[in-house]
Amino acid sequence: MNWVALRMLTGDRAKYLGIIFGVAFAALLMSQQLSIFCGLMRNTTSQIRDIEGGDIWVMDKNVQFVDDVKPMSENKLMRVRGVPGVEWAVRLYKGIARARLSDGNFQQMILIGLDDATLVGAPRPDRILHGGLGDLRQPNAVFIDEFGWRYLYGDVPFEVGRTLEMNDKRAVIVGMCKCNPTFQTFPILYCTYSQAVQFLPQERKTLTFILAKGVPELSAEQVSEQITEQTGLKALTNDQFFWSTIQYYMQRTGIPINFGITVMLGFVVGCAIAGQTFYLFTLENLKQWGALKAMGVSNFRLVRMILLQALIVGLIGFGLGIGGAALFGYVFERAVKSTPPAFYFGWQIMTITAGAVTFIALAASLLSMRRVLFLEAGVVFR
Amino acid sequence: MTAIESHPVLTAPESAKRSLPGAAIQLRGVSKFFGTGDTRVTAVNSITLDLPYGEMVLLVGPSGCGKTTLISIVAGLLEASEGEVSVLGQNLTRMGGNRKVRFRGANIGFVFQQYNLLPALTAVENACVPLLIAGWPHSKAITKASQLLEKVGLGGRLRSYPSQLSGGQQQRVAIARALVHEPRLLVCDEPTAALDATSGRTVMGLIREVAVQSDRAVIVVTHDSRVYDFGDKIVAMADGKVTEVLGKGQRPHE
Repeated sequence: MNWVALRMLTGDRAKYLGIIFGVAFAALLMSQQLSIFCGLMRNTTSQIRDIEGGDIWVMDKNVQFVDDVKPMSENKLMRVRGVPGVEWAVRLYKGIARARLSDGNFQQMILIGLDDATLVGAPRPDRILHGGLGDLRQPNAVFIDEFGWRYLYGDVPFEVGRTLEMNDKRAVIVGMCKCNPTFQTFPILYCTYSQAVQFLPQERKTLTFILAKGVPELSAEQVSEQITEQTGLKALTNDQFFWSTIQYYMQRTGIPINFGITVMLGFVVGCAIAGQTFYLFTLENLKQWGALKAMGVSNFRLVRMILLQALIVGLIGFGLGIGGAALFGYVFERAVKSTPPAFYFGWQIMTITAGAVTFIALAASLLSMRRVLFLEAGVVFR
Repeated sequence: MTAIESHPVLTAPESAKRSLPGAAIQLRGVSKFFGTGDTRVTAVNSITLDLPYGEMVLLVGPSGCGKTTLISIVAGLLEASEGEVSVLGQNLTRMGGNRKVRFRGANIGFVFQQYNLLPALTAVENACVPLLIAGWPHSKAITKASQLLEKVGLGGRLRSYPSQLSGGQQQRVAIARALVHEPRLLVCDEPTAALDATSGRTVMGLIREVAVQSDRAVIVVTHDSRVYDFGDKIVAMADGKVTEVLGKGQRPHE
């Protein structure tokens, strides 16, 4: 009888395609918008993911997210180093600097100052595209990220020695690295901490973060708690800092609401199109369902037949929608060179979309099923 | 025109003359009410009737007299409000819902006024549906349905869709579908109502030819006085009651 159900479904091409279109449209809109939203949210945490080496980020207790810079005094570093369970701790500068370009224009830059001695937090070797990390110890040396280079110089191939001017100091680009796209899309400059201080206007406090690592015997969470307890500073593991940053943007910006509206719209439109078409499709076949009931098809089997139909349109619609979103991401990523695209198409997106599509297909089939189950088989005689 | 289409014979086949003892359908004081209180309508009013195996019984009467309600009860599609209904030796009144569905699937064939063929299926696929319901493998079901469609004169239209067939041809597919699983009771609801006179007689001849057998009962609800000659017995109804039970060749009072 499954075969009969499938033939009934595909028999009316227009309605069959209409239902699939509804589901596919919903899946496309939801997955595409969710991917852009997640891409944007991930971009807010790009520095947390890029700056590796330490397990723990230590910061002023009022810092809410990674771009919320609240400088601390240098002696805080010593206090963190003194906390039992801390294997090592190094300073890190992260902030915005204003650079004057060779053509006289100004451009804001994300400036990351790494501990002079250890360069903890520098990009991994496999992400260095040009130059060597040791070059950062040269006077006025900076590394620029790949997108930043394109942002500033377009398609010009990378060359060592290009200069910028920050706080009346000359900065020389000596290398290029890959970085995750940022939320603000500003170019990223890496340099040593002492160099970063030179590139900034004079300030009493410049220490923005402390990167620390706990001893192997303790978990990063335990060490973080001890740091907080003993220094009064906020100490978060990489994961905790990642999620607290996401949480900040979710709660304090309109981004989730705006994207949420579009995702909801996709869901509602999908529900409406697929649900209505599937319902009409069942309604038009009511006599046929009645005939099948009269001929001895049980309600249980009818439910299975309708669910099979829903499963088929759900699967095809989901496949088309997800495929469309993936294609969009693929084209988008290749079409936009200078500005890094915010598009994260992870398994989570597919799972959420699959859940929503399952709901749409189930809702559509339940709506129809009700009519079929309560249909008197005697309707065939009317 | 096939031999079946030009069927002039109005008597039952030889096999029908050696029918099973006892009644195929026994109705004892069967009533059916719709609604309650002031709006209660009596569709079938205390009918007692025995219908034998091996005969084609025509159920006739004006619109709204309760014919369709009565065959719905006999076919297990509606519950009687009162009385006892026994079909093929089984008491339907005491039969549970699921058992009734299985009983219907195994023992009753239906021919509907509007054919109710599945438009997405070809003639042979439509005809094999009862076998699929019974759990037959697809290929075997198709083979058996093809044989039956050849028997009803549609051997050349096996792969045609209902929309590509005339009304008479669709009704023949419906007859094949109703008989493919060899049910012991065939229930036909106005099988000629949507057909012209010639097609109507062809269809009735066909039902008589392939359905009337010694171990099978056939009930046909009809308005169409032109096909009264095909019945072995005519049960006339009015206002929910049986008014006359007539033998072969007799005509009810209009």
